[in-house]
Amino acid sequence: MGELLVADKSIVVPGEEVAAGMDFLPTEGVYRDGDKLVASRLGLLAVDGRLVKLIPLSGKYLPKRGDVIIGKVTDVTISGWRTDINSAYTAMLSMKDATSEFIARGADLTRYFTFGDYLVTKIVNVTSQNLVDLTMKGPGLRKLSEGRIIAVAPNKVPRIIGKQGSMVSMIKDATGCRIIVGQNGIVWLQGDPDQELVAVSALRKIENESHISGLTDRIKVFLDGEVKRLHLAPSMNAGNDGGSEGGRSEFSEREFQQ
Amino acid sequence: MNELLKANILKWFGKGKRYDGRGLDEFRAVVIEQGVTKNAEGSARVKVGDTEVIAGVKLSVEKPYPDTPKDGNLLVNVELLPLSSPDFEAGPPGEEAIEVARVVDRGLRESKAIDIRKLCVQEGEKVWAVSIDICTINAAGNLLDASALAAVAALKNARFPEYDGKTVDYKSMTDKKLPIARFPVSVTVTKIGDSIFVDPTVEEEKVVDSRLTVAITDGGRICAMQKGGNSPLSIDEIGRMIDLAVAKAAELSKQL
Repeated sequence: MGELLVADKSIVVPGEEVAAGMDFLPTEGVYRDGDKLVASRLGLLAVDGRLVKLIPLSGKYLPKRGDVIIGKVTDVTISGWRTDINSAYTAMLSMKDATSEFIARGADLTRYFTFGDYLVTKIVNVTSQNLVDLTMKGPGLRKLSEGRIIAVAPNKVPRIIGKQGSMVSMIKDATGCRIIVGQNGIVWLQGDPDQELVAVSALRKIENESHISGLTDRIKVFLDGEVKRLHLAPSMNAGNDGGSEGGRSEFSEREFQQ
Repeated sequence: MNELLKANILKWFGKGKRYDGRGLDEFRAVVIEQGVTKNAEGSARVKVGDTEVIAGVKLSVEKPYPDTPKDGNLLVNVELLPLSSPDFEAGPPGEEAIEVARVVDRGLRESKAIDIRKLCVQEGEKVWAVSIDICTINAAGNLLDASALAAVAALKNARFPEYDGKTVDYKSMTDKKLPIARFPVSVTVTKIGDSIFVDPTVEEEKVVDSRLTVAITDGGRICAMQKGGNSPLSIDEIGRMIDLAVAKAAELSKQL
């Protein structure tokens, strides 16, 4: 009969044995060694029935299939683009996943994306060797052409997005900024400088205080105070302005639900 | 993306704002801490926002250079440690490290910050050599000004070790300070597009058009300048940059 060796929701360190016996199954951040389950990262243990999961407290981004991320083009190859995805691994965007346009043999690929471009992409596959494949085909996946990029801790991304995207929607509504949060901790913002600064400080506040309860309320108070200070009229349909981009806001909602 | 970054930064500059919320003529918070290392004769840690550098001063007795038999020696070395930025690599100092070292060196030398005549022990034979080593702990922009500030703060902190005419005893320190005559401060005024500003961040340094480092002693006297970046500067621009540098130098000097 298996048993847990540490309590649920406790902090574990890499190498710590978290469960014994074959009844528990290792998932993210936990691996099996003989008949023991061992933590591979620093984080909080989360036990769901027989599944043992680890919510990391620190560390780089680990690519996962289906994640929408923001990557930076670092190389243009014969068959596609290599991107830096703020991870230990780089990701490949192949020509056929990049555009539905016909690209002639030997065409200059920098016409589409070039060095230093930031792309909103989705991970289609991660192999056992951690080769990451990306796609640009999907709602909202595109090259970013203006705005500002900041980096946040990847393991705080779920808190920044919030339940059903509630947290980031709140920031968007309060500041009127357009925001895309990549699962890899790269965040794109675009808006009026003063409002963008409020959005950035809200993101930093979430990053720093995500472990303290009542986060949503505190961020709400913070945003209200800052917005009042700026004498801004908060637009309640942030991101929805500009009818030419009808599909975009819809995409945001979907993206943040991840 | 650098063009886009530049365009976006310029858009912000147009509204008088920067990515971290500062105005164009504002420095980040400057913190100077003296006496941070045990083994150096003088040391200082300077933080400018997230940028952090440590400077150490070592004193030794050496033979003077043949052309200046009565003068002490001054040597400035800058290490851009790989831990301080993803862009820095281990190995021999590169162009950037050498430039920072030379700009700091020139600021101290040309301002005659140290009264080098007083470093003479025996003419043509023995003089005190002052070596300043600067290490970057975190490079978050504006290493030039932070390094120059750290160098001066470390000099100010330095005490002579015991010297009996033959050997220097680093174990026992005297109370005697270095003969410092002036306290030069460097201010780098940076230009992107048509905007001039001080204390650039990493993002701003990526898209700099040109920069002018001005070393200024107390009382607003200019003693050294270094121009960097690829774009030319007009005489009018240089004038405005110097005015800004002098104003900022007065603020920084108060912190020393």
